[in-house]
Amino acid sequence: MQGVLANDMGIALVNIFLLAILFVVAVAIARMRSLFAIVMLSGIYSLVSATWYVAVDAVDVAFTEAAVGAGMSTAVLLGAMLLTSRTAKPEHLFSRIGPMLVCVATGAALIYATVDLPALGDPNSAANTGVGYTYLEINWYDTGIPNVVTPVLASYRGFDTLGETTVVFTAGLAVALLLGFGERSLAEMIRREDKGGARTKGKGQVPTAAKDEEPS
Amino acid sequence: MIAAALIAILVGMALLLIRAFIGPTLYDRVLAVNSFGTKTVLALGLLGFVMKRPEFLDIALTYALINFISTIAILKFFRYRSFQVPLVRRPGGSSNG
Repeated sequence: MQGVLANDMGIALVNIFLLAILFVVAVAIARMRSLFAIVMLSGIYSLVSATWYVAVDAVDVAFTEAAVGAGMSTAVLLGAMLLTSRTAKPEHLFSRIGPMLVCVATGAALIYATVDLPALGDPNSAANTGVGYTYLEINWYDTGIPNVVTPVLASYRGFDTLGETTVVFTAGLAVALLLGFGERSLAEMIRREDKGGARTKGKGQVPTAAKDEEPS
Repeated sequence: MIAAALIAILVGMALLLIRAFIGPTLYDRVLAVNSFGTKTVLALGLLGFVMKRPEFLDIALTYALINFISTIAILKFFRYRSFQVPLVRRPGGSSNG
């Protein structure tokens, strides 16, 4: 029992440390002006939050976070940086107040909502009183799949999952059609308009990367 | 023992974070993010053993792959300023494909 308790304490300490890193990275992202550093830090933020999701046993969320946050969104943000400047303009003090108010209000609402949440493992909570317990009981005899989440998603709610997958696929297809690929891509078009007919830039020429040192 | 290794990895994460914050050049930051990904993989593996669930090693492997691909993407971006360039150079041809 003592060992289990010490283990739980250790996990809690790891959680606290990871959340502290998340906080520091978020503050640094808010304070920095160099867009490239911000993109890199957002990658670190995703990696840390994915680790934290694993630490709190939400493995599937962690998987998505690592794939989308650390892998995909870093690349997309770098592509977006291609279309803008390298540093953010410093904004006025007044324009910071509105977003800060929104953030504080949202955070306060979320914290207020946690008061109503049932305790972890509460047998009377909504997740445990409905159909969930039946799934746990009959799942093995119905499907023979050891992970309960898989048969609920793919067997009991198979059509639902099929519909969701179709929606997500259609959305991805629409985004891909809007952005385009290769020569006809939106990014290429915008860059060409920006350069005002200076077509040769960026296609054949390989820019030297050594000038990329940041001023700050 | 594993807990001590985990603590060491977490300290290494903090050090890399400092490098990512103050790193004067781009490459310091790219390297910091790449090493941070490696630290994440190691931390995940150790965390799996600490939590008595070593199955998490699979996830750590996937993270290693994602980390590798995203580093390649970042470096390719800074070499060519575009993602539309093939990585493989054609023999005798120019590099822009």
